[in-house]
Amino acid sequence: MPRSNHWQPNATLESLKERAKFLAIIRDFFDSKGVLEVETPLLCSSAATDPYLKPISVFYSQSKYYLQTSPEFAMKRLLAAGSGPIYQICKAFREDEVGRLHNPEFTMLEWYRVGFDHHALMDEVEQLLLRVLEMPKAERLTYEEIFIKSININPHTASLDQVKQCARSHNIHLNSELMLQLTVDDWLDILMSHCIEPLLGFEAPVMVYDFPASKAALAKIRLENPPVAERFEVYVQGIELANGYHELTDPKLQQIRFEKDCEMRKKLGYAAIPIDDYLVAALEAGMPESSGVALGIDRLCMLKFKRKHIQEVIAFTTDRA
Amino acid sequence: MASYSTNEFKSGLKVILDNDPNVIIENEFVKPGKGQAFNRVKFRNLKTGRVIERTMKSGESLLAADVADRDMQYLYNDGERWHFMVSETFEQYEIDKIVVGESAKWLREQDTCVVTLWNELPLIVTPPNFVILKITDTDPGLKGDTSGGGGKPATLESGAVVRVPLFVQIGELIKVDTRTGDYVSRAKE
Repeated sequence: MPRSNHWQPNATLESLKERAKFLAIIRDFFDSKGVLEVETPLLCSSAATDPYLKPISVFYSQSKYYLQTSPEFAMKRLLAAGSGPIYQICKAFREDEVGRLHNPEFTMLEWYRVGFDHHALMDEVEQLLLRVLEMPKAERLTYEEIFIKSININPHTASLDQVKQCARSHNIHLNSELMLQLTVDDWLDILMSHCIEPLLGFEAPVMVYDFPASKAALAKIRLENPPVAERFEVYVQGIELANGYHELTDPKLQQIRFEKDCEMRKKLGYAAIPIDDYLVAALEAGMPESSGVALGIDRLCMLKFKRKHIQEVIAFTTDRA
Repeated sequence: MASYSTNEFKSGLKVILDNDPNVIIENEFVKPGKGQAFNRVKFRNLKTGRVIERTMKSGESLLAADVADRDMQYLYNDGERWHFMVSETFEQYEIDKIVVGESAKWLREQDTCVVTLWNELPLIVTPPNFVILKITDTDPGLKGDTSGGGGKPATLESGAVVRVPLFVQIGELIKVDTRTGDYVSRAKE
């Protein structure tokens, strides 16, 4: 189809007006609590090292830069500089993420609360959801509880054979070559996204917390048996809406996690990403104990306006940008 | 041979999966939080008609299937093989009765069908959406009822059995929707 047929927005003007009102309500929520609105660079000299995030790189002043995949590092630098509680509504970019719930350029709400642990922050996410979506109070379950309750498997102790068996019994089929590459950890992601997530949060939002340590990303790990990451995710009507951490503040552990990610990227044959030494330096200077969470604004709009596809709430998706 | 990556998958795309031609019915991108990205894809096997679901790693590719639909005139059958011809070029195709399958019961000589070919191999014979066929047998005793409420079975010249209103009689032509097998109306040649 010629480009000239695609000049019009994906979303109706009606939805865009609703969206604007919605953003005002969210800003009001944080203003009334004394959380400071901030802006940080979208164009960054380093990026998140998460193996499964693909940042988009660009050239600026003959050097390689990245469009941020989330404002996490810059916001933590503000916390270390003494900003106190902060929030931001910004664009984030991720290569190859296109689908009903994904656009490569999307809007993220991210906020940090000094002195909160992940449970205190879950309380606040819940308050925000009560304010913007008409839903009852959230249900909270650990990662272990949700796996046992939904598909009767313990994610901390399951063997490779058990997770494979479980996937097969839920009619999940992969080609044999791909099967050979997958670890228990990968299978847990598949089971979560195929069997558990689509059924979560229809009566009330569901908050899943205390993830396996292997899925810590940048969350603190609590050394119990088994050790768990103080991370949580929020699901509403089968959609993953938010991901939060009781944040890692130890610069040495941060450096180790960065290096682990880099090793993993190398092993998987993915492009190398420079480690953000600004963040490590900020943690060395001292970042206050905090929790932070990122929430997808486009998905929240989909839920609020009862839309099936992300393109119905974005003025111009990347294919029309 | 062209191939398509999961990023290009959309419904209607024809690809080779497990050595068979398949059409993509649905493609959903799933990516758990910080985890790996996958595509959950629903395929219909064009040879067997079976629908299967497959989870693929995002970015993986499948070869394109050289599948094309052609209009062909049905000529005749010898019980085992059904003979079709492309009207413009007079090319003839012999199609096994297993491939013709259920479509056989709607075919009348000289009717034009759509034949789906994969590398020139016939996969599917699709009859026209509406066909006009003669009734060769139905119960003549039931007369007078024009409400069309109950209906009765009628056998058609092509072998299909459909439910028709009570007033329709042997020797009459009727129009049938082949997608549902429903009687539509009486018809003239």
